[in-house]
Amino acid sequence: MKRITVKRGSYYDSVFLMLATRGLKGLAGVRDAIVAMATPMNAELLSDMGFPAAELDGLGPNDLVVAVDAEDEASAEAAVKEAFDSLTRKKTESAGSGVVRTGSFDAALTLDPDANVALISLPGAYAAREARKALESGLHVMVFSDNVSLDEEIALKRLAVSKGLLMMGPDCGTAIINGKPLCFANAVRRGTIGVVAASGTGLQETTCLIDRYGAGVSQAIGTGGRDMKNAAVGGMTSLLAIEALAADPVTKVLLVIGKPPAPEVAAKVVAALRASGKPSVIHFLGLKPAPDEERVAYAADLEEASLLAALFSEGVPTAEAARSRMAEDTGNDRYGRPDKISIETLAAAEASRLAKGQKWLRGLYTGGTLADEALFMAHAMLGGVRSNNQIDPAWKMTDPLRSEGHVVIDLGDDFFTAGKPHPMIDPAARAERLAKEGKDPETAVLLIDVVIGYGSHADPAGACVPAIREAKAAAASRGGYMPIIASVTGTQADPQGYASQVAALEAEGVIVMPSNYRAALVAVEIARIASEGAVI
Amino acid sequence: MNAKPVLDLFGGELRAINLGLESFAADLVREGAAAVQVDWRPPAGGDRKAIAALDAIAAGTTVDVKKANAEAVRRILAAEPTVIGIGIAKDVVPGMAKDLVLHAGPPVTWEKMCGPLRGAVIGGLIFEGLAKTPEEAEALAASGRIRFDPCHHHDAVGPMAGVMTASMPVWIVENKAFGNKAYCTLNEGLGKVLRYGAYSAEVIDRLAWMRDELAPILVAALERFGPIDMKSILAQILQMGDEGHNRNRAGTSLIIRELAPHIVMLDFPKEKLSKALAFLNANDHFFLNMSMPSAKCSVDAAAGIEGSSIITTMARNGTEFGIKLSGLPGRWFTGPAGVVDGLYLPGFGPEDAARDIGDSVITETSGIGGFAMAAAPAIVKFVGGSPKDAIDVTMRMYEITDAESQSYRIPVLDFRGTPTGINVIKVVETGILPAINTGIAHKNPGVGMVGAGLVKPPENAFRDALVAFAEKYAI
Repeated sequence: MKRITVKRGSYYDSVFLMLATRGLKGLAGVRDAIVAMATPMNAELLSDMGFPAAELDGLGPNDLVVAVDAEDEASAEAAVKEAFDSLTRKKTESAGSGVVRTGSFDAALTLDPDANVALISLPGAYAAREARKALESGLHVMVFSDNVSLDEEIALKRLAVSKGLLMMGPDCGTAIINGKPLCFANAVRRGTIGVVAASGTGLQETTCLIDRYGAGVSQAIGTGGRDMKNAAVGGMTSLLAIEALAADPVTKVLLVIGKPPAPEVAAKVVAALRASGKPSVIHFLGLKPAPDEERVAYAADLEEASLLAALFSEGVPTAEAARSRMAEDTGNDRYGRPDKISIETLAAAEASRLAKGQKWLRGLYTGGTLADEALFMAHAMLGGVRSNNQIDPAWKMTDPLRSEGHVVIDLGDDFFTAGKPHPMIDPAARAERLAKEGKDPETAVLLIDVVIGYGSHADPAGACVPAIREAKAAAASRGGYMPIIASVTGTQADPQGYASQVAALEAEGVIVMPSNYRAALVAVEIARIASEGAVI
Repeated sequence: MNAKPVLDLFGGELRAINLGLESFAADLVREGAAAVQVDWRPPAGGDRKAIAALDAIAAGTTVDVKKANAEAVRRILAAEPTVIGIGIAKDVVPGMAKDLVLHAGPPVTWEKMCGPLRGAVIGGLIFEGLAKTPEEAEALAASGRIRFDPCHHHDAVGPMAGVMTASMPVWIVENKAFGNKAYCTLNEGLGKVLRYGAYSAEVIDRLAWMRDELAPILVAALERFGPIDMKSILAQILQMGDEGHNRNRAGTSLIIRELAPHIVMLDFPKEKLSKALAFLNANDHFFLNMSMPSAKCSVDAAAGIEGSSIITTMARNGTEFGIKLSGLPGRWFTGPAGVVDGLYLPGFGPEDAARDIGDSVITETSGIGGFAMAAAPAIVKFVGGSPKDAIDVTMRMYEITDAESQSYRIPVLDFRGTPTGINVIKVVETGILPAINTGIAHKNPGVGMVGAGLVKPPENAFRDALVAFAEKYAI
């Protein structure tokens, strides 16, 4: 039986709705369930699914709909009750969090006239409006939401720059301002390195590595993925951030991370870094680093970028001096770069336990930038890797649900997250895929990221454990072995704690490397050995 | 580029306003930063046309809306409503005539009138001697020989059905600061009364007694007493548990206290004076018909200001709810009258209720009534049961108003002024509708009051008004 229950005038955020939907689907006697706002799109969806659409007439995006397809009346009843309970439970729990609540942006500003940052994680269609209001009221803005159009982004950034305000995002998942984590960010030691990043997990990975190297971060500013990449946006936020960090007396070193930028934007960014007079590090993912300048170092990967920045912050004066410091320490020393021999030894030992027919790399990522880092490296070293993030159309996955050959998948991509929470919040989708790839007799190595910190799931490593066991057991039952390589992006001060996440993985036989870069190196080397001679 | 605001951020304390995922605010608080969570809802309930209007107004207007609204609320706050006397409607109310029946709310035809309003019209025609029986009155009302017009088009207001006819006595309230006047009939008490659509002989007889005996006594008393400073009385009643709309016990008591020494001195038979005082004493709502014209002449002073989005009229006729904006004079924006969510007198239930009716929402328009709910703990049952609910109602109204009254203050809110000057832009943007206290009439003519409660006005009236405002003023 299909049944619709409506509660008018109760708006809930999409993440709550999605979690409520998931909760309902697991109930006994419930075939399908949707908890959603009655937007025209959802109404159409429900009527397509055979729910009585007439009951949705006259409803709008402010009205809550619980649609349940249940085996009997009692199950439907229980599901509806659970939906309302779970939504109100969230409200009451958060009521005890010490957060002051108010009904509108203007009222919030009246309550705290000194507010200086607006965090916006609303449906994309509304995010731009609220961002504009916040900028006009003189607040810096961070827009977590995606689905903000390019034109809107340009207009907002022009407005922001004209007022000297930071417009972080859209689609900006992370920042650290004055040591405080915004959205998805880690508890990183405060220090002298100012970070500007057009990539979410790239910012998280570098700030966490900087913390681990004993250095610290003054400010970490997210810009949104299009800021440097799109010539029309022109790096407006990045350039303002660099200028501010250049003038900031606490910041001694600048670190810029992003996807390959538009050439004219890259030129402006480099010029701004030179003009800052502070030693700087640049890393553009998937782009061959330019030769170092005296005070501007070009890093080849996120780990190297973090290392160079940490060395600069210790007072190493030039890029050349930093490089020679790195060359002195190999292996796993503090500033050492991964030692080729030890990586190869580790990979060979793992590969030697593989059964015949185990050939392929399967990278399953929750962090987009981390996936890209692994993808670019693997694609170059293995002669071709399929991915939903591939820039090369020949290698772009036609069906991201089906793996073929070497594969690196970004499970945080829109394809996977439509109507579902991001896998960093809800790791279920990744665990599912991990179990699936583990059962594939052609899988030679599984490569995963575990991103902790604020915003992330309370125990992402633990959430992978059942799937890891399944994968290991499936390989063993075929007479083979399943190497699983991981890295944990996080710090010990994060709510989840770095050490316990690593320990949980190692207890299951997972090899945990100190950075995503190194984890990818090991996994790619295993896959290289395994797939030697195979047709990709 | 100017990087100073960013450097100020780096050098200062992070203070965030969070719109969306609440965990982001909770994390900041956990890390020792200040964060305010906005319980965000789609603006204008997600209505695209209204959102486009909001954006157009925000992008720029031909007249400085902020300045216009500041002037509108300045005038509302500066009003000095004063009762200067009682007159007969046809002598004092502008445009009043024998063949004219005034009613509450926006314009409505006889065909579309709800039960209680039809009943009141029938009673009014009988009272005027224009019809002898209810049947005759109905035929006359339908004949086209009687004109109907909103009280609001004649500087008047009327509670519930709000029917005013030519020979009824009316309060005359003058706004001393601006010189404009407002009129309202005298309150008849509870039970079977004209304003709830009753028209039996008992109702007509009472109206006649009020015209022939009560009004002359009050007129004479007022001549001795002089004008009544309503601003001062309204300020006092908010400190005595009234909100000036659904609770008027303190207001009525104060009026009796002021007038009694003068009434006893009048040259009328003692029995008549006693009957008049007993009538006032038995009718807690006697004061309502004085607070309403006080509110009316206060907000009327703010009408017609070019570029102002302040609401200067809200009214219902039992069929439709309508509002008017200061900057769009002469235009009504209407939606279907709501069903009152309320408590019922013994023997009645929601199935007996007429839809929302009356001009008494002029009190909310001026910043008292439901907006001053926190001042009236005795009637919190109407808004959820606890004094906290009443405070919440008032607190929400600060989010849709532009000013706070300097005169009308609420003790429990540390004598904060009542939320005043409803801005339609804020109403549509936040989706917070004005909180309106009201009585409930029986749906059939002739029965009377069946309950009281809180009513939600139709959102579309506010959105339509905003869209029209944007059409006129957005660049």
